[in-house]
Amino acid sequence: MEYILMIIACVFVNNIILSQFLGICPFLGVSNKLGTALGMGVAVIFVMTLATLVTSLVHVYVLVPMGIEFLQTIAFILIIAALVQMVEIILKKTSPSLYQALGIFLPLITTNCAVLGVAIGVTQKFDITAGNYILQSVVYTASTALGFAVAICIFAGLREPLALVDVPKAMKGVPIALITAGILAMAFMGFANLA
Amino acid sequence: MKKLKILFNGILKENPTFVLVLGMCPTLGVTTSAFNGFGMGIATMFVLMLSNMLISLLKNFIPDKVRIPAFIVVIATFVSIVDLLIQGFVPALSESLGLFIPLIVVNCIVLGRAEAFASKNGVFDSMLDGIGMGLGFTLSLTLIGAIRQLLGSGCDILVFVLAPGAFFVLGFLMALIRHIQQPK
Repeated sequence: MEYILMIIACVFVNNIILSQFLGICPFLGVSNKLGTALGMGVAVIFVMTLATLVTSLVHVYVLVPMGIEFLQTIAFILIIAALVQMVEIILKKTSPSLYQALGIFLPLITTNCAVLGVAIGVTQKFDITAGNYILQSVVYTASTALGFAVAICIFAGLREPLALVDVPKAMKGVPIALITAGILAMAFMGFANLA
Repeated sequence: MKKLKILFNGILKENPTFVLVLGMCPTLGVTTSAFNGFGMGIATMFVLMLSNMLISLLKNFIPDKVRIPAFIVVIATFVSIVDLLIQGFVPALSESLGLFIPLIVVNCIVLGRAEAFASKNGVFDSMLDGIGMGLGFTLSLTLIGAIRQLLGSGCDILVFVLAPGAFFVLGFLMALIRHIQQPK
């Protein structure tokens, strides 16, 4: 039950993009087409869950016992960078079409602040002495990443028809996308009393 | 004259927020007040300036193939330093910015300038570029923060201090700046 509530809270109530403002770059960058948005969403779910699993293990078994928590930022970003590189190599070999579709955005997952943000966030959010720290972190991350995928897919669905609409010249592109995102964020605020 | 051009490039012509559209997460996330926006901007400026300088110094020693990881390590080091300094000297700011301070590491502006400018130019020019870009970022964030604070806390239109307000203010400001810059 605890975990179901956590999943609902992460996907809808505290949506990572629309209420925490993490991962805005891919949110604006790869949301022109629903297909690419879906690919990005899946890639982020995979990378983020894997990244938090590894970083929480490192946090619990390396950083905390040795008392070097201040190296957290450096350690985590290096782990994430290495992981993304690995995922990129695997994807290149197994699914060239998806690899081509995601283009430059896969290496950019390294600088997707959502991944590092959640990895650091869980170390502050959950009690490390509790026995289920790793499980809690991983479930939290997976559902947060699912929230990312949901938001980016809905947003891509809104942006596709928007490309055909005649908006004022200065509003074209990013500004109108931002305002659409604002309206979407307002809609997500309706979930606030859910959990 | 050329030096001044480098410095002002980041403030107006290539403003990181409104023109290059980089570093959107802190731009939207911390601008609930002018002070938060300003603090975030200054913290980012320090990291930008220092990492630009060090990367420019090291540019001949870093092998091309591993330059991105090397840049990230340099940036992460300075971010950790700035994070600890803010925690020590301005705990109130550290509390309100929270997660967004360590996240300067993944701010695309910092890595973007390292790659596009510092790895090709001298130390002094890189420092100026870092300061200019940082100032441009600080100005944009302070402006957005001020507008949100004014409308949200000042006029009690609650939506502006909440998440949707961030998107609206940034969207309209960006459109306004494009409208002004458009060739007539």
